[in-house]
Amino acid sequence: MPWSTKLFGKTYTFLTIKEILAKASEEKSGDVLAGIAAGSNEERIAAKRVLAELTLKDLREDPVIPYEEDEVTRVIDDGLCKGVYNSISSMTVAEFREWLLCHNTTGEDIRRISVGLTGEMASAVAKLMSNMDLVYAASKIKVVTKNRTEMGLPGTLSYRIQPNHPSDSVEGIMASVMEGLTYGSGDAVIGINPNEDTVENTVKLLNATYDFIMEWGIPTQNCVLSHVTTQMKAVEARGKACMFFQSIAGSESCNKVFGVSSAILDEAFDMIKREGYAAGPNLMYFETGQGSELSLDTHHGADMQTLEARTYGFGRRYMPFMVNNVSGFIGPETLYDGKQITRSSLEDHFMGKLIGLPMGMAPCYTNHVKVDQNDQETAIMLLAMAGANYYMGVPGSDDCMLSYQDTSYHDDATLRELLGLRPAPEFEKWLEVMGIMKDGKLTPVAGDPSLFSTITPRGRR
Amino acid sequence: MALFKDEQIEGIVQKVLEELKNKRASTEVKQHSEAPELSNPDTGKTIEFPDITEYSLFEKTFIKDPIDQEYISRLKRLTPARIALGRTGPRYLTVPWLRFKADHASAMDAVFSDVSDDFLDQMNLFTVKTVVRDKDEYLTRPDLGKILSEEAKEEIRKRCQLKPQVQIIVVDGLSTKAIEANVPDFLPALLEGLKSHDLEVGMPFFIKFGRVPVMDDVNEVIQSDVVVELVGERPGLGTATSMSAYLCWRPRKGTVESDRTVVSNIHESGIPPVEAGAHVASLVKKIYDKKGSGINVNL
Repeated sequence: MPWSTKLFGKTYTFLTIKEILAKASEEKSGDVLAGIAAGSNEERIAAKRVLAELTLKDLREDPVIPYEEDEVTRVIDDGLCKGVYNSISSMTVAEFREWLLCHNTTGEDIRRISVGLTGEMASAVAKLMSNMDLVYAASKIKVVTKNRTEMGLPGTLSYRIQPNHPSDSVEGIMASVMEGLTYGSGDAVIGINPNEDTVENTVKLLNATYDFIMEWGIPTQNCVLSHVTTQMKAVEARGKACMFFQSIAGSESCNKVFGVSSAILDEAFDMIKREGYAAGPNLMYFETGQGSELSLDTHHGADMQTLEARTYGFGRRYMPFMVNNVSGFIGPETLYDGKQITRSSLEDHFMGKLIGLPMGMAPCYTNHVKVDQNDQETAIMLLAMAGANYYMGVPGSDDCMLSYQDTSYHDDATLRELLGLRPAPEFEKWLEVMGIMKDGKLTPVAGDPSLFSTITPRGRR
Repeated sequence: MALFKDEQIEGIVQKVLEELKNKRASTEVKQHSEAPELSNPDTGKTIEFPDITEYSLFEKTFIKDPIDQEYISRLKRLTPARIALGRTGPRYLTVPWLRFKADHASAMDAVFSDVSDDFLDQMNLFTVKTVVRDKDEYLTRPDLGKILSEEAKEEIRKRCQLKPQVQIIVVDGLSTKAIEANVPDFLPALLEGLKSHDLEVGMPFFIKFGRVPVMDDVNEVIQSDVVVELVGERPGLGTATSMSAYLCWRPRKGTVESDRTVVSNIHESGIPPVEAGAHVASLVKKIYDKKGSGINVNL
C-alpha cells in the first residue's frame, strides 16, 4: 500500500517501506550510486515524516529483503524475543525516538527492549535522529562483554593493537605491539590482519601473540583476522586463538561473497567454545561497515544504513566479544567525505548498541576520498562521547599493510585523558606493574618500547 | 637488482637504461642553458630547512632520552610501521606529524590531480575519455569509469590501427603521479621487449577517468589479441607512485577480473619500471602463445 504526505503543499508518495527507509536516509554517495536515494532535500524530509508515523510492527512485517528469500532476515526474525516485541510493537518510530531520548528511559530500559528489535527498526529510528541525538541516546547504553578479560565497563575505554606488517614478520609485528602497550593500548585485543591468508601463517601469528601475552602476563586476548574457515583450520593445527574473527553483512548474498553463512558461523562458534583459549562467554569478533553490500552488488535495493543494522541483528546470534565498524574503508563511492563518514559512524555505533552489540569504532579513510586526519579526529571525539567500547591502535595512524589510516596509539591515549576514561581494570593494573601508567595517567616512560628490554617478563620469572 | 633472472629481460633492461640515460643527459644540458638567473643580491642568503620526506621510515626514531636507544633502533628496522614516534603529552611530536601530513598530501595530490598535457605530448599519447564528466564523478561512480564515450570510440577508430597483435593503453586510475613517474621508463622497455618477440604493437594512447575494465570497451573497437593496460594504483602513505599493468587475452564485454593477469607494485622502490616493462613484454609473449590470460592460465 502506498504512503503519502504533503510538504509545503506538494504531495510525496512512497510505494514500499524499503523506499521510505532509503529516501529517509541522510545523503550518502552509496545510496545515490544505487539509485535509491531521495531526489531532493524535500523528498528526504517527506520520507522521514512518513517513516515517523510507521509502527515498529510495520517495520518487522515488511523487512527490506523478504523472510523467504534471505537468511539474514530469518536469523533476525526467528531470534526475536516475541514477548518483548509485543510490548513495543504498536509504538511509532517517532514515539520510539522520543522514548529513547527521554530522561526517564535508562540504559537498562533500552537493553531490556533491544531483544525485541529488528535491524529495520534500529535503522528507522536512527534516520529520525540528529548527530547529537545519536550520541546522547547511545551514551546511555553500556554493553559489557568478556573474553579472557572484560571490556565495556562504565568509565573505561579500550583499544585493539593493530600491529600489521606488509610481510607478516613476527618480529616487526611485535615491535608495533610493544610500542602500543607502552601507550596503554591493547586491552581489547592484540589483533593482526595477516597479509597472507593461509593456515600456516595464521597458526604462526596466533601462537606468537598468545605466547607473548602469556610470557608478559598481559590481561588481554589475541586474534588473527584471516577468513574464519582459515582460523578454524589453524585451531585444528594447534593455533592458540582466544576468539574467531569474521566480516559479516546484512544480506545473505553478501555473506555468500564473504564466504560465510549462519551454518559456517554456528560451526565456528561451537568450535571456539570447545577449542579456544578464553573462557568467554563472548568469543566472536565481527567486522562491519556501511557499503559492503553496495560495493559487492548484493544490496537488493535497500539502503546502506538499513543493511548495516541488519548485520548487527545477524551478529547478535553469536554474542560477540567485539564488533568493529569500519565506515570509510571502502571509498568515496559509498561515503563521499568526512561528513558522511562521521554521520555513518554515529549511526552505526548507536544502532549497534541499541541492538545490544559491543561496538568499537574505526572511522577510517583511504587516500582517494576527501577526508583527512582532522575529520577522523573529530569523528572519534564524538564517538568517545557517545561511549564507543574501543578503537583501533595503529602506529602513527598509518596501516602499512592495508594502506589506509585509522586511529593511533596517540589518539587512544588522548581520548582517555580528554574524557577521564580508564583502561579495562585488569589491564590497568598490569600497566601499573609495568610502570607505564599511574593513577590513570601515563608515566614519563610511556611511549618507550625499550622498556621491554629492561624488565624480565613474569612468565620467565 | 635482478628480480627476473632471464637473460633476454636483462639485455632489454640494460639497453633501455642506457638509452634513457643518454636522452636525459641531453635534455638536462638544454634545460640548464635555458634557466634564467635566479640569485637576487638584495635579499641575502636563503634559509633552507631539510626535506622531512627524505628520512627512512625504517630508521628514524624520535623518542627523547629512551631507556635503550640501541633497542629502539633495532625495533625500528623491523617494520615500516610508524613506531618510535615519541610524544609530547599524549600527542605527536611536530616533525613526524608533519611527515605524516606530507605523505597524505602526496597521496591525495596523486589522486586529485590530472596527468599533464605536456607529459602526454612527450610520450606521444593522444587522449580519449570515458563517459565520466569530472574527477568527482570518477570517484563516486566506478561503474562509469569502465565505459568509453562515443567520441572516444570515434577517435580510436580514426587514429589507431585495428586488429594489432598487442594494444597498449595508459589509464590514469587512482594515481596520476604513478603514470607520470613510471611510464617514461616502462614504455620503452615494454616496446623494446615486444619488438624482440616480433609482436606487432598498435598505437598506444591515454584514457582519462578510466578504471581497469575499460580495456574491454577499448578492445570491442580495436580487437587486438593482447591488451596491456597501465593504470595508477590507489596511493598508500608509503608510496603514491605505484603503477599496475593489467594484461588480458582478447578482452571484451563480459570479461571477468580473473581473466586478467596483473603485475602490480611497479615503482622505484618496488619493481623498478624498466625491469617491469621488460618482464611484462615476456608475459605478453606467453599470453599470446597460450591464447589466454588470468588465474586459469599457467604463464
